[in-house]
Amino acid sequence: MTSATTTTSTAPSERIRHAADIAAGRASSKASVVEILARVKARNPRLNAYREVFDELALARAEAVDRAPPKGLLTGLTVAVKDNIATTEGKTTCSSKMLANYRSPYDATVIQRLRSAGAIVFGKTNLDEFAMGSSSENCAFGVVRNPHDESRVPGGSSGGSAVSVAAELCDFALGSDTGGSIRQPASLCGIVGLKPTYGRVSRYGLVAFGSSLDQIGPLTRSVRDAAAVLQVIAGYDKHDSTSADEPVDDYLTTLDEPLKGLRVGLPKQYVSTANDPAVNAAVEKAIATYRSLGARIVDIDLPLTDIGISTYYVIAPAEASSNLARFDGIRYGHRAKLEPGEDLFDLYAKSRAEGFGAEVKRRIMIGTYVLSSGYYDAYYKRALQVRRLIKDEFDRAFEHCDVLLGPTSPTPAFEIGKKSDPLSMYLCDVYTVNTNIAGICGISIPGGTVSVGDKRLPIGLQLQAPAFAEAKLLRAARMLEAAR
Amino acid sequence: MSCYRLYMSTPESLTPHAVRHVAKLARLRLNEHEVEQYGTQLAAILGHISQLNAVNVDDVEPMAHPFASSDAAKMTNRLDDDVPTAPMPIEDLLMNAPAVEGRYLAVPKVLGEGIA
Repeated sequence: MTSATTTTSTAPSERIRHAADIAAGRASSKASVVEILARVKARNPRLNAYREVFDELALARAEAVDRAPPKGLLTGLTVAVKDNIATTEGKTTCSSKMLANYRSPYDATVIQRLRSAGAIVFGKTNLDEFAMGSSSENCAFGVVRNPHDESRVPGGSSGGSAVSVAAELCDFALGSDTGGSIRQPASLCGIVGLKPTYGRVSRYGLVAFGSSLDQIGPLTRSVRDAAAVLQVIAGYDKHDSTSADEPVDDYLTTLDEPLKGLRVGLPKQYVSTANDPAVNAAVEKAIATYRSLGARIVDIDLPLTDIGISTYYVIAPAEASSNLARFDGIRYGHRAKLEPGEDLFDLYAKSRAEGFGAEVKRRIMIGTYVLSSGYYDAYYKRALQVRRLIKDEFDRAFEHCDVLLGPTSPTPAFEIGKKSDPLSMYLCDVYTVNTNIAGICGISIPGGTVSVGDKRLPIGLQLQAPAFAEAKLLRAARMLEAAR
Repeated sequence: MSCYRLYMSTPESLTPHAVRHVAKLARLRLNEHEVEQYGTQLAAILGHISQLNAVNVDDVEPMAHPFASSDAAKMTNRLDDDVPTAPMPIEDLLMNAPAVEGRYLAVPKVLGEGIA
């Protein structure tokens, strides 16, 4: 892989400007839905971003918007929804055979809020089954492909959502992020992906994976769009007792004001020799950009960076093994056919064996193991102790800086089928898992491209900020984006 | 520390007996190939996880939740007002059930001829 990094000079596409035009009657929602549908028809059969598109519903809603445009930040914009977020349109499958026919009787809170802001639910996107993966290859309905190079993965687990945004198959998308599942595919697809602070956005209607780690967030083509979508979906929800009753800041009004005296922390562990050279070059370039904008670069030491993966792969599978116990073939989901003599235990064990894919089973096994009698203290309790140390380490770092800068992923998009060993796949998340472990917020934004053969692969930069500091995070991200 | 090392010594493979025990706890039926495969893969993953042993966690309070330490106010349980709300209709709740009899979920017979 070459180390040359180049940046694009095109201005980011800000779809909320289009929404304002639709709301004012200056643009047609239907016209843009028709355009998007044509692109979906041309590209989705190969990219496999969508499992399902609500073409007729979307056209009907766009016509209604054009007749009487509702007021809202997202009027007439199409949203692609990761298929682990409940919608009353279509199915909610989690890209699993287990839920291949599951229809949600209700909308997730984020979906209700997007509708109230004028958005049109456009389709459901493929993911690594139950959001477990970093490549969108673990999908019961086929692999998802990177639009910049179709022989490569888009990242995961929100791969379908990232591809739908990058290939302009929607205006914006929702994903979920348990250990990097919004930021890493955003990085590999060259778009913006925001993981809000734990509790900032309601999880009601998100199929639970790791309940102390999961957050829903936006994938967009600009920082401004991410700010707008967060503005709409953030806030306390009585249906999610872990949603935070913290005031929601105004993310848009001050977005273009550069932060005076911004201190950008650069953890030495983030510019590792294990990274692709082009990734480190992109970080260096961002440092130079921040310096030229008057920011101060502060050296930071985060010695627990590497231990994050081990901590995560105890906590997340432990929570997953508990959460996925509900899929037992009784109330919903796949039910196996029983042979004579088989009993209720066989019904559970057989339904789960047939319904879950290999990676989901592997994580359930790890989670069950680390929670089982005799191992709980050695693995689970110890991981929770290290979790506190990781959070303390971030708290100390943020005494010296406002945001932390680094790469989102150690490499650009890798080839489909390249990481067949589960552990090597897990190590992709080294820079993203600790954000979730500590419950703080993080964003991935485009940081340039690298030429590989005749293709140009995107490289993402990650910024992290303290809990509930999304306004600052977005402004710092906007500074870099505007200087591109 | 030494007892952890004992626990987390990392063999190249978990025994088939150990894999079957975990699968039983997890209510997963595994075939022979999976037992062998997961034995190797789980051992590799647990081996990596054993890096946690190198961290000194003496006197560190476990953190189960991001809000558990930083801000007690955010962790306070909030109770709804005691006002009845409309429940989801039973038909909606049953529409995804694989087997239904009337307004009930159907399951295989739980009690056998002779109760063990």
